[in-house]
Amino acid sequence: MMAWAFDALLAAGLLWLGWRTIASPSLFKAVVLFIVLGLLMTLCWARLGAPDVALAEAAIGTGLTGALLLNTYRLLLTDGRPPEDRALEGRPRATVFHLILALLSMGLVGVLGWALLILPEPAVDLGVLVQMRLDESGVSHPVTAVLLNFRGYDTLLEVAVLLLAILGVWSVSETITAPQTPPDLIYDSILISALIRLLVPLATLIAGYLLWAGAHAPGGAFQAGAVLAAVGVLLRLTGRIQPAPVAPAWLRSIVALGLGVFSAVAIGALALGGNLLEYPQGWVEALIVTIESCLTISIALILTLLFSGAPGLQRHWP
Amino acid sequence: MTQGLFFALTAVGLFGIGLYGFLVHGHLLRKILALNVMGNAVFLLLITLARRNPTVIDPVPHAMVLTGIVIAVSATAFALALVRRLHRETGETHLDGTDDEEPS
Repeated sequence: MMAWAFDALLAAGLLWLGWRTIASPSLFKAVVLFIVLGLLMTLCWARLGAPDVALAEAAIGTGLTGALLLNTYRLLLTDGRPPEDRALEGRPRATVFHLILALLSMGLVGVLGWALLILPEPAVDLGVLVQMRLDESGVSHPVTAVLLNFRGYDTLLEVAVLLLAILGVWSVSETITAPQTPPDLIYDSILISALIRLLVPLATLIAGYLLWAGAHAPGGAFQAGAVLAAVGVLLRLTGRIQPAPVAPAWLRSIVALGLGVFSAVAIGALALGGNLLEYPQGWVEALIVTIESCLTISIALILTLLFSGAPGLQRHWP
Repeated sequence: MTQGLFFALTAVGLFGIGLYGFLVHGHLLRKILALNVMGNAVFLLLITLARRNPTVIDPVPHAMVLTGIVIAVSATAFALALVRRLHRETGETHLDGTDDEEPS
C-alpha cells in the first residue's frame, strides 16, 4: 500500500513537472523544472530496478543537460532581458490552433495507452537469454555485458555519435580569440578553492570506482565519464579551465581515443578470423576493461568540451 | 494493474505533454526542452517494458536507455550550439515562419 502511494505520488510529480516545464511562462523556471523532472526520473529508475540508468540520468541526463541548458539560457540573455516567449498567451487564432494540437496530442496518448494495454507477449525473452550466456561475456553485470559484448555495436556507434556531436559543436561555435571571462571578473573566494580541493579528488575517486565496479555491479564507462565531466564543468565554471581558440593535437587525440581503441578492437577481431566485435577467447575481460577505461577518458573530455563550447581548453590557476 | 503498466501509462502521458509542448512553442530553447521531456518519457517506457517478465529483469532495454541518454545529451548539446549560433548571427531565438512570434 505504501509502495503504491509512493508510485502514485511519483507519477503525479512526473506529469505535473512535465506540464510545468512545457507551460511555465518563464523560460528560466522551465529549465529549472526540467532539471527537477530529471531528479524525479532518477528516483523512478531506482524504483523500477534500474540503478545503472539512475546513475547515468543523475549525472548526464539531469546534471549535464541542465548545465548545458542553463549555459545557453545565459548566452541568450540580450541586454539583460530574459528571453520570454509568448507562445502560451495571445491571439485567438493561436488559441484555437493550440487547442487542436492539444486534442491531437491527447488522442495520440489515448491510442498509445490502448496499444500498451493490448501489448502481446514478447516472442523472445532477451532477459533470460542474457542470464543464460552471462558466463561467456567476461563480466558478471548483465547491463555491462549487453553494452560491451552482446550489443557492442550499439555502444560503438554511440561513441561515434558523441564524437560527431563535438565535431558539430566545434563547427558551429563562434571562434574564440580571447578567454571568455577575463580572469579579474571571476568571482573567486576562499570557499571556491576549498570546495575544489575537496570535490575534485573525491569525484575522481568516485569515477574510478564506478569504472571498476561496472564489471560486476551498477556502474561503467558512461557513469564514470559523466562524473569526471562534472569535474571538468566545475573547473570550467570556477575559471580554473579557460576556453582556448584551438584544440592542441593531444586534446584531439584524447577526444578520439575511445572510438579509436574500440574500433581497433572491433576490427582486430576480424583480422583474427572472428566476427566484428567478437572478442578472442581468454581476452574478453582484459579487452572490456581497456575499452571502458579509454571510453571513460574520452567521454569525460567530450562532455566537458560540449559544455565549454570552445575548441580547446587551457589551464588557468588564479 | 501492475507497477510496470502504471509507469508505462505515465510515460505515455508524459510523452503527450512533451509532444504538445514541442508543437506549440516557437522558442527554440523551449522546443529542445520539450524534446528532452519526450525523450525521458520514451526511456521510462523502455525501462517499464524491461520488467514484463517478473522473474528476470531484461538488461537489454537498460543498456539501450543508457545509450539513449548519452545520445540525447549529444544531440541536445549540438542543438544548443546551433541555437547560440543562430542567435549570434540574427538575434533571433525563433525560426522563421513560426506563427506565435508577434510581427516586428
